[in-house]
Amino acid sequence: MKATTNCKTIEILNLSDKQLTNLSARNVLSLSLVEMKAVQDYFRKLNRNPTDVEIETIAQTWSEHCKHKTLTGIIKYTEKKGTKKTKRTYNNLLKETVFKATVELNKKWCLSVFKDNAGIIEFDAKNGVAFKVETHNHPSALEPYGGSATGIGGVIRDILGVGLGAKPLANTDVFCFGNPETKDSQVPEGMHHPKRIAKGVVSGVRDYGNRMGIPTVNGAVYFDEGYMANPLVYCGTMGIIPKSKINKKVNSGDLILVVGGRTGRDGIHGATFSSMHLGKESDVSAVQIGNPIVEKKVLDTMLKARDLNLYRAVTDCGAGGLSSAIGELGEKTGALVYLDAVPLKYDGLVPWEIWISEAQERMVFAVPPKNKKRIVELFNKGNVEAVFVGEFTKDKKLTLKYDGDIVASMDMFFLHEGIPKPIRPAVYKIKEENVQKPIKMNSASLLKALKDALADLNVCSKEWIIRQYDHEVQGQTIVKPLQGNSIEVSGPGDAAVIFPYTVVKGTKKGIVLSNGLNPQYGKINTYKMAANAIEESLRNAVAVGANIEKMSVLDNFCWGNPNKPEILGSLVRAANACYDMSKAFGIPFISGKDSLHNEYSIDGEKYSIPPALLISAMGVIENAVNTVTMPLKNEGNKIFVLGITRNELGCSVLAKIKNVKGGVVPEVYPKESKEIMKRIYKAINSKLVESCHDCSEGGLAVAISEMAFAGDKGVKIDIDVIKTKGELTVAEILFSESNGRFVVEVNPENKFKFKDIFKDCIFAEIGCVREDKNVAFESVKNKVEVKEKSENLLNAWRNTITW
Amino acid sequence: MKKVKALILKTAGINCDYETQTAFELCGAAADVVHVNSLVEKKDKIFEYDILAFPGGFSYGDDIASGKILANEIKNKLGDKVKKFSLSGKPVIGICNGFQVLVKMGLLPDPELFEQISTLSYNDSDKFECRWTYLKTEKKVRNESSCIWTKNLPDVITLPVAHGEGKFISVNDKLLEELNKNNQIVFRYSTKDGKIPKYPLTPNGSVEQIAGICNTKGNVFGLMPHPERHVLALQHPAREGFDGEHGWGKIIFQNAVDFVK
Repeated sequence: MKATTNCKTIEILNLSDKQLTNLSARNVLSLSLVEMKAVQDYFRKLNRNPTDVEIETIAQTWSEHCKHKTLTGIIKYTEKKGTKKTKRTYNNLLKETVFKATVELNKKWCLSVFKDNAGIIEFDAKNGVAFKVETHNHPSALEPYGGSATGIGGVIRDILGVGLGAKPLANTDVFCFGNPETKDSQVPEGMHHPKRIAKGVVSGVRDYGNRMGIPTVNGAVYFDEGYMANPLVYCGTMGIIPKSKINKKVNSGDLILVVGGRTGRDGIHGATFSSMHLGKESDVSAVQIGNPIVEKKVLDTMLKARDLNLYRAVTDCGAGGLSSAIGELGEKTGALVYLDAVPLKYDGLVPWEIWISEAQERMVFAVPPKNKKRIVELFNKGNVEAVFVGEFTKDKKLTLKYDGDIVASMDMFFLHEGIPKPIRPAVYKIKEENVQKPIKMNSASLLKALKDALADLNVCSKEWIIRQYDHEVQGQTIVKPLQGNSIEVSGPGDAAVIFPYTVVKGTKKGIVLSNGLNPQYGKINTYKMAANAIEESLRNAVAVGANIEKMSVLDNFCWGNPNKPEILGSLVRAANACYDMSKAFGIPFISGKDSLHNEYSIDGEKYSIPPALLISAMGVIENAVNTVTMPLKNEGNKIFVLGITRNELGCSVLAKIKNVKGGVVPEVYPKESKEIMKRIYKAINSKLVESCHDCSEGGLAVAISEMAFAGDKGVKIDIDVIKTKGELTVAEILFSESNGRFVVEVNPENKFKFKDIFKDCIFAEIGCVREDKNVAFESVKNKVEVKEKSENLLNAWRNTITW
Repeated sequence: MKKVKALILKTAGINCDYETQTAFELCGAAADVVHVNSLVEKKDKIFEYDILAFPGGFSYGDDIASGKILANEIKNKLGDKVKKFSLSGKPVIGICNGFQVLVKMGLLPDPELFEQISTLSYNDSDKFECRWTYLKTEKKVRNESSCIWTKNLPDVITLPVAHGEGKFISVNDKLLEELNKNNQIVFRYSTKDGKIPKYPLTPNGSVEQIAGICNTKGNVFGLMPHPERHVLALQHPAREGFDGEHGWGKIIFQNAVDFVK
């Protein structure tokens, strides 16, 4: 061990607790005192001080971002309901909730779950499909364009780095932003305006995703002032991989090959800084700089190398850069790396910077020596730089050399297992919910409410974003994000379907992608928020023709500071909902990610974001041709509502625009919902469904209006025959956001066959498609008639976001 | 009878190669995706093929201007070969970024001249836009033009566009007259019934709503819309096509394959 001019020793052996804490803060290590003491003990045993390279390596490896130490740590949870208290201790929250459900469900078509860069389920006899969703929140707050671009670039590399590499087929993007109408004076000092963040984030995803030639086919945008200084940027990628390429194994003696972009000083401390609160002092140099064309070249060439079996393992350089990538691959063997062999963008990087830089578009391969020449030739043919930087050893140590000096030497075991388990308290108080006072509205105010709901930021058309994304590249997007009977009209698709006919020649199958998210509900009850997100993602997929028995989901927790017991408690509640719903619906989680510490400071005050759980669903559809879209198709067809409407307007769109106090947040009834979902699949595959739309924000009124204007048709609805639980007012029936409901268009000829499939389910025939292009909701009982040209409703929906 | 062979030229940033290859295969051709580097190594390999295709994408990131770098690279390294191939009368197609490449190296509108006399510039909306459009296939063209790619199409078809730089501009009005006179303007953005549209049906503001042009001989064809994204009815937003199963794009590729046969 020798300190060179480029590598300093860090005094730690004789530091007091206070000094350890300061060291952690000063060097952006984001390590707690307990963790710093563990480091101190280790080096006391070695009887020497660590080098800066070693300290940084530990900080990256032990970061929340890489280790998920909060959710895998010990949590002492207390739940309060009224005066009743219940306590429970979790030794590993994820293993005891989300992951537990998957293990118990034990679906044989789950090929790889929770162990690789993405989850993989079976596509057909030869292939699997991989899906991963990542977050890139902090970078997007500081540098919206670069932050989101490298977010999508990063998750694409997760798919390239799963197994021996999958071919990306589609991207998904979900964003949470502050209110774009915020007054400049209300934007905290040093932060970007929410609208600027939104525009920058969309441009970043556009320029990276489009250049990669991967269609962005599904997503959502959610506006809430709680995300003003800390937006959420979820980026997902789905890819296809031969079953024979799912497993990777590093052998001692394999060479370490770094491929793609060069290493620079961008993205230093990305992993550790994501565990710190955002403020005006946050450092932009933590944000990486992306170059999609470099990544596209890597993609094109590495899949060739994969099919020639030129390497044994691969992973991407994400958070922590080479230190994480090589550290993971070499965990069981050990690794020797010559840092001065790593190609640099420019001179002047010291060893620890080279080792932890999160410069983009880099992949690390484990290459058997015999393929040394061939693999480099192959990459160079595609104008991709590929350089050997070391080898995987058998000493189970991490050894780093620079200029011939050893600048780091640590046991892999300490690096990966040496982190002390934190113990955190968590509390959650379950709020009381009561039905609001009856909402009585006349025809005129109902119509106004309908238009306001369609124009609401969280309901309105996201066309401005969707059109900037090439959602049709690869020619396989057969159920699109915007759907219309003609080019001139459009409505919001529930889910996207990819028909991978260019990759799997002769296939009939499709892959469905959808999502569910509603942070509003979390403000009342995070259990219900999670349950709703799961059901919504499934409902969206089922609406286009997915088989509920062949669906899988991903979880993405974006939460505030977990050191605050009530914030961690709200996460525990959500995780429990994930377990319950996963079991009840029989839907396994196959992968997930958490981004905690979404906290920002304004004038010294710290604020946490409203908790958000994004559920992303993926499933395989037997017969892609049978999928359906949401626009109404033909005059004279009948309209059915499946499922029952309850008085559930808590946190609803109507509650927001009419400022209604109280109300019950929608409950999820898995048995009831799943029964309907199964039968919809049957009805769709018996060709009995002309169009189908899921019913969520804005309730039946919004769902039916969307189907009408997307089809450029009229519709007449009899409110009085809609099945409800108890007495509801017209407004409550039209705008309640109860789960488990679908609106379906059926050809009169098929009416009886259709009804037969749903016998002993709750459903009703409520109207028909009409030539006159009016959307009309009528209740004779209440003397109400809400009537408007579908074109006008389309414009109300279209004209909110036209930036 | 030997299979018709299509060469699909790709380089860094090209991303519509797979679906273009599949489209040719669907029409009974054998299609190879060839990297520009390997063609430069064996230049005459190009003459082993019957059809030459420049697919869509963002060649070299579209830095400087869309398609410009690839256009220069091809002109410098393969110029004479590509010109010879075109003048031999074999079918050549450039789609989206490929159209931008053809125009910027001057293979369109006049491969004999082989100089850039028109361009594809930023959309009027100043945004990348992905949407479906109606395309008017000029009646005269269908009957009299020599364009081999667009035969047997109805008056109006639908194809998707996805580009940020698709506004066709010609060097002067004289060229525009020429193109009109010789029926070289094969596709124009239009309304459902073939009338002159407004934005967004004309997605980029091209002069005379130009969406695609060919050379006078009719074998070299470039267009901004993506025929390879509508070879199946399933790919259409309302699942429309010409025979219930296939999309309009297939006819375009089929025309070239049949022409070679």
